[in-house]
Amino acid sequence: MIRVVLPAHLKTLVNDRREIKLEVTGEITQRSVIDALEARFPVLLGTVRDPVTQKRRSFVRFFACEEDLSHESPDAPLPDAVVSGSEVFYIVGAMAGG
Amino acid sequence: MSGVRVLVGTKKGAFILTSDGQRKDWKVNGPLFEGWEMYHLKGSPVDPNRIFASQSTGWFGQIIQRSDDGGTTWAPVGNQFQYDGVPGTHQWYDGTPHPWEFARVWHLEPSLTDPDTVLAGVEDAALFRSSDGGDTWGELSGLRNSEKGSSWQPGAGGMCLHTILQSPTDPDRIHIAISSAGVFRTDDGGKTWGPKNKGLHSEGIPDGDAEVGHCVHRIALHPLRPDTLFMQKHWDVMRSDDAGDSWTEISGNLPTDFGFVIDVHAHEPETVYVVPITSDSVHFPPDGKLRVYRSTTGGNEWEPLTKGLPQENCYVDVLRDAMAVDSLDSCGVYFGTTGGQVYASSNAGDSWEPIVRDLPAVLSVEVQTLA
Repeated sequence: MIRVVLPAHLKTLVNDRREIKLEVTGEITQRSVIDALEARFPVLLGTVRDPVTQKRRSFVRFFACEEDLSHESPDAPLPDAVVSGSEVFYIVGAMAGG
Repeated sequence: MSGVRVLVGTKKGAFILTSDGQRKDWKVNGPLFEGWEMYHLKGSPVDPNRIFASQSTGWFGQIIQRSDDGGTTWAPVGNQFQYDGVPGTHQWYDGTPHPWEFARVWHLEPSLTDPDTVLAGVEDAALFRSSDGGDTWGELSGLRNSEKGSSWQPGAGGMCLHTILQSPTDPDRIHIAISSAGVFRTDDGGKTWGPKNKGLHSEGIPDGDAEVGHCVHRIALHPLRPDTLFMQKHWDVMRSDDAGDSWTEISGNLPTDFGFVIDVHAHEPETVYVVPITSDSVHFPPDGKLRVYRSTTGGNEWEPLTKGLPQENCYVDVLRDAMAVDSLDSCGVYFGTTGGQVYASSNAGDSWEPIVRDLPAVLSVEVQTLA
């Protein structure tokens, strides 16, 4: 079971659930996790990545195991701790403002 | 019992303000969609319980919400706004070609006749239509293609299609306005479009009388006179009596003719409202006095409406979609400010009261008159 934590804005779109547990089949990558997330919550289509190009939105970041994975290939395997569910995969809104 | 429902979009959520026909006691419901920018909410004229809302942030993109019970509950509908074909480029600020990119929905305009049909004006400027209650969207691409969208250039606020006026008498006629391209009109349901900017003069563009390139902030019409249009341009207040084929200036005695909003009295087609703003570099009212100006002569002669509005130390702005009128016997006028106040007048502007004072910056105000 993959654990995904959503940022506050997206949490409001899925009945205020911050952590989502997802069944993901096949290799566990950014792409497969977000595919599964969007399949379960279609309202999230387009909020994390562009619906056509599949590129991560500019101000969205992916963190796990205290690492910034945002610039990794979307098809690179996620860390074992995320695959095992002992660590969460964070979808983060980049900090901004003053 | 008649009543009104005021739909308020703000920088950090939406609010629904309701009152009976007296418009003295108000119930404030919100924030809805808290934390999101709510550029616009608007109800269907055919089914007032159906309301569409544009929800977005720069971080997470665009969501469209729909309510079928007057705003009590909401559900997301389609948010895929794909430009038709290969969208190509428009002019960037430095004159170089820039790819057409969807940013957000600025304005939602439900059909006058069909509750499932709604138009959306978006940035980068284009017009979309849904015929299934917002579930799917398709671009009316004749606007960009027949009107050389590749030559359009954004203004400081972005290249947004912000105003959509459907003709109440001709279902094939629509006027739209784009910042900063100008007004365009279709007479064939959106297949082809023509620029309608003759008579506009703008400083700050190479050819001040150009056919396209004017920074139109807002246009409005009265349903009984669909060929008469009123415009608040970047500078200048204008009117047209031939459906936009030509425009004349009606700024008259306004203290400044810069501003964003313009609207028309519900029962008097020659009574028009604006909120003068000091200048394009000073986005607050002149002299710190918040004044609505009303003309009962279709322009040129304007009177300040000040009763109940702050007349000192007021430095808020009133944005382009932030004024609306109701259609009760005594016309109600409403506007919202970047300071978070929503002011209402139940007597056509003679006096004003704040419904609420401390919302996030108000982006849009719409009113539904309920039977």
